[in-house]
Amino acid sequence: MTDTIAENTELAERDANEKYHGLTHAEIDQLGAELDALRLRVLADLGEPDAEYLRKVVKAQRSFEIAGRALFYLPPAWPLAVASLSVSKILDNMEIGHNVMHGQYDWMGDPAFNSRQFDWDTMAPAENWKYGHNYMHHTYTNIVGKDRDVGYGILRMDEDQKWNPYYLGNPLWAFLLMTFFEWGVALHDLETEEVFAGRRKMFGGENAPVWRRIRKKMGKQVLKDYVLFPALTGPFFLSTLAGNFTANIIRNIWTFNIIFCGHFPAGVATFTEEETENETRGQWYLRQMLGSANITGSKLMHVMSGNLSHQIEHHLFPDIPARRYPEMAVEVQEICERYGLPYNKGPLPKQLFSVFRKIVRLSFPGGTSKAAPVRGTQAVTDDSLAA
Amino acid sequence: MSALISEPAAPTTRTRGGLPSPLSTLLRSRVVGALASPHGVDRYLERFNPMWAAHDVRARIVSVHRETDGDAPVATLTLQPTSTWRGHQAGQHVLVGVEIPGVAKRYTRAFSISSAASGKGERFTLTIRAHDEGQVSSYLVRQAKAGQVLHLSQAQGEFTLVESPATPTISRLLFVTGGSGITPAMSMIRTLLRDGYQRDGVAHAGRKVTFLHFARSAEDQIFAEELAEIAAADNGIDVHLRYGDQVFSEFELRRLVPDYKNTDTWLCGPPGLVELVQAAYGDDGDRLRMEFFKPSVARAARPGEEVEGDIAFTRSGKSVAASGASILEQAEELGLKPEFGCRMGICFSCTRTKTAGTVRNILTGEESAVPDEEVRICVTAAAGDCHIDL
Repeated sequence: MTDTIAENTELAERDANEKYHGLTHAEIDQLGAELDALRLRVLADLGEPDAEYLRKVVKAQRSFEIAGRALFYLPPAWPLAVASLSVSKILDNMEIGHNVMHGQYDWMGDPAFNSRQFDWDTMAPAENWKYGHNYMHHTYTNIVGKDRDVGYGILRMDEDQKWNPYYLGNPLWAFLLMTFFEWGVALHDLETEEVFAGRRKMFGGENAPVWRRIRKKMGKQVLKDYVLFPALTGPFFLSTLAGNFTANIIRNIWTFNIIFCGHFPAGVATFTEEETENETRGQWYLRQMLGSANITGSKLMHVMSGNLSHQIEHHLFPDIPARRYPEMAVEVQEICERYGLPYNKGPLPKQLFSVFRKIVRLSFPGGTSKAAPVRGTQAVTDDSLAA
Repeated sequence: MSALISEPAAPTTRTRGGLPSPLSTLLRSRVVGALASPHGVDRYLERFNPMWAAHDVRARIVSVHRETDGDAPVATLTLQPTSTWRGHQAGQHVLVGVEIPGVAKRYTRAFSISSAASGKGERFTLTIRAHDEGQVSSYLVRQAKAGQVLHLSQAQGEFTLVESPATPTISRLLFVTGGSGITPAMSMIRTLLRDGYQRDGVAHAGRKVTFLHFARSAEDQIFAEELAEIAAADNGIDVHLRYGDQVFSEFELRRLVPDYKNTDTWLCGPPGLVELVQAAYGDDGDRLRMEFFKPSVARAARPGEEVEGDIAFTRSGKSVAASGASILEQAEELGLKPEFGCRMGICFSCTRTKTAGTVRNILTGEESAVPDEEVRICVTAAAGDCHIDL
């Protein structure tokens, strides 16, 4: 008799927890404990190889940068110069900047790799970005209305975002954001959707210090890439300027594509503020897992994406050095299988196609139901999508 | 009378490290800074040679000389700094950053400079005692080798040999030191002898100096030979060395320097000695300058034990008994409003410096008593007395 009641209560709980794939509270707590244990194990193991790896990547990035800047003196080597500078900027922003500013290497005690002191070779000033990204995005991941990275305030990337005719331009806005991504990321911190809603001033009030930092950083980046370095190459001023511009665009396109594959492929769950009220640590972990997607690929792909190709692991363990994500992914995937949870991964072209399909579909009224299974109710994995 | 040493006289040997001066001026220019933005020119220079720097200060270890052996051995490290080193005044200290092999972490500690005042880019020495609990001092004394590169700050500290505002020309100086507190005083004595005047071929301090030092034992005495030479020469300096049970007494000080309260005095040593000397000067301590060793506040509770201790928020001057709650929560209870974000240890918004004491990471249970350590106060609790820069 008591057993039946307990069973019924558990069944009711599983129903109520549809969002969490029918896991009970106890199971979610257990899942959280397993992920905590994994986290502690890797944290305790951090040391020389991690520090050496970071120094190696930084050394490579500086070499690519110096080579790129120097090759502009040799006009026939222009494509090589652009390629070299693009690689430098991609490494700087992804495997170094993004990860260092997450505090992944603070434990080294080296001011050059300290999250409070590092700044990256892109328009967005470190301080603004860390607030919007490390705090807002990583804490409230995929909570529509709270995570400002859902559509970045300019795109409709979730059916819960109310449609209006502006979103007919969704593909065009996305294309423009991709091309000028670094400018978009920098301006993102002005929270323009709040400005248009009349809740804050664009450049005044609480936005004043944010805007001051953006202006200062943009000034420095423009001065360096579009005035000083071109001027240093004398007669080749215009070709250097064009080269720097191209390298910035290449970096923009690459980073945009990697980042959009992190949370927007079909099958990635979003959440409402009500659903995530009084969330436990286990539920937070679960939201991070269900709200992120990985990209499969070669080791080079992982390095060039700053291991954001392991977005799931990054969201579970944002302060652990990203080079550890591949080894952690094996265990996370095993945990997902045991708990019957989806683990969203796929090669870059597949994930990208899924994202672009969503961008186009959501430019029209309605939802994603035709393009993807209903959120949270079906385990979408690599295999089930491929089937 | 020769003037006191605010400006060190030109030394006889000028050995410099790193970049030649005109190049380093160029590298410090605004244009180069703009080109190297946002990382700074030093992040590129270090790629080629660790001794090339435009802003950072580093030094190559030239030699390591063992001063004393025993449980807590002492060594003197001679350092060749980069050309960015601005020099030091006698009595100042420097922050030294060391990457200890194996752990891949850089630890930064302050050490007093033992050599005479240095100029820009000039060599200087650190004299360091290896403490059991001191990872950095132990490493530098026992394992550091010539050729290694250390990270430095510029020289800092107000405990220096400058003219007293009360007396335009100081005619008499008194040094009271204990243990490795002798180091800054040694720098001052060496500076006085170097920059004083020569009488019959002997360096003279140019004024009357009394040097009173307390060491655990004669074997433990740093600079023993040099002190004996200084004591023997007719150079204006009286050296008084006291060992073991011969603790400081006001009676003895009065016998050595009857008018000590009106004498410019430099005091550096362990807390016990500092307390005794301070008491001897009482309220007439205008001429007494002091340098403390970092107070040790490491009364940590064992895991599971009740936490005993106070959290001192050094910037706001407030303090609270440690409760086991996060430092962020405890600060907020006091009405402080430190910056925070996720409150779960992932966003690093609330990172603050713990200047001293022991804390426990709430997530990992790991305890740490390292001074000047950055901690995320939302997931860190006090595990004993601790000081937070807040």
